[in-house]
Amino acid sequence: MIRKTVPNVEEALSGVKDGMTFMLGGFGLCGIPENAISELVRLRIKNITCISNNAGVDDFGLGLLLQNHQIKKMISSYVGENDEFERQMLSGELDVELTPQGTLAEKCRAAQAGFPAFYTPAGYGTEVAEGKETRDFNGKMYVLEKAYEADFSFVKAWKGDEAGNLLFKGTARNFNPCMCGAANITVAEVEELVPAGSLDPNEIHIPGIFVQRIFKGEQYEKRIEQLTVRSRN
Amino acid sequence: MLDKIGIAKRIAREVKDGYYVNLGIGIPTLVANYVRDDISVEFQSENGVLGMGPFPYEGEEDADIINAGKQTITTLPGASFFDSATSFGMIRGKHVDLTILGAMEVAENGDIANWKIPGKMVKGMGGAMDLVASAENIIVAMMHTNKAGKSKLLKKCSLPLTGVGCVKKIVTNLGVLEVTPDGFSLLERAPGVSVEEIKNATEGTLIIKGDIPEMTV
Repeated sequence: MIRKTVPNVEEALSGVKDGMTFMLGGFGLCGIPENAISELVRLRIKNITCISNNAGVDDFGLGLLLQNHQIKKMISSYVGENDEFERQMLSGELDVELTPQGTLAEKCRAAQAGFPAFYTPAGYGTEVAEGKETRDFNGKMYVLEKAYEADFSFVKAWKGDEAGNLLFKGTARNFNPCMCGAANITVAEVEELVPAGSLDPNEIHIPGIFVQRIFKGEQYEKRIEQLTVRSRN
Repeated sequence: MLDKIGIAKRIAREVKDGYYVNLGIGIPTLVANYVRDDISVEFQSENGVLGMGPFPYEGEEDADIINAGKQTITTLPGASFFDSATSFGMIRGKHVDLTILGAMEVAENGDIANWKIPGKMVKGMGGAMDLVASAENIIVAMMHTNKAGKSKLLKKCSLPLTGVGCVKKIVTNLGVLEVTPDGFSLLERAPGVSVEEIKNATEGTLIIKGDIPEMTV
């Protein structure tokens, strides 16, 4: 067994520097690497590029990094929940690359799986395809999209073991598995860190080979963005 | 004239037994409430769940189980969770039978715009570009005109496109229209709405063949 555990978030993030590119898992605020984000805020590193489906809300998730002006560029599919984001984007402080959600996921997965690029129909005929190679396959047009290159991936899983094997819960899975092994170093934070051998190998979602460092997150707020319930009556 | 719930109810009738359905944010989300309960349907949410159920009871919400609108949800027996790449594999690979989404503009050739108003609003396309580029069965749910009273059914979209030539059917507060090679073909009128009113609210080419029936919702 190759041990991937590190004792805390400080060690987990050692080596992060100004100007780096990070992948961050999560959909909205669901399944975001809360502890890694807090540490990035504390380290005050600047000029970072973030690949993340969303940009958090004003006072949580990636919104915390935006407030501190630590982000130079955001690569996302949907950024509608964040006023500070909109302000920085419209004023030109923040560079934004909007990417179709399935393309964003696949650009991560391609990096993980060793594909330099792939063709997708998403965005053909729109401004997303501008400047990109397009090609006809069986009478339908496709756009060539390239795999991402990133320095670190920060992912959040439910359970993990010392070998870096990961299990996700519910829709907190989202982009997290696609980002494992898609950057030079993948840092996984988990709610429960268990000894090797205690997870059933049949049920592992992401094998530890895709993870370089794993730690137990100190705490999770797991903020709900849109609380919707029904009454029992 | 239909309200948002009326539009959702009319679209619910397009959902057939055995369909996997992706619902967009807004009016489309409401469709799930009005699907016949004697047919088997599974709702997919692109953030990674198939077999979505109703909202949870108060106190039973789980921050780890949400839909693409970031709302807390439940799952039904037979449900599954998966990652985003797999989710869009379902969509791109045409395994989802029906996609229902909102729009700011639809053109008579089936082009759709729903993600950006230059200089004003940039929320992003989310999964809409992937959905419209791949789905073969796309229904747009929207109001026939915008807040300024201008038609949203146009000869040509003025806003940045989400996808080209992809919309098949549109259900608005005024009626049901099909996108054909010759333009918008009017299939049904909403209750109490005349053909004349629909003509006046449609900027794109409107095809009216014979008597247009009033829909039953």
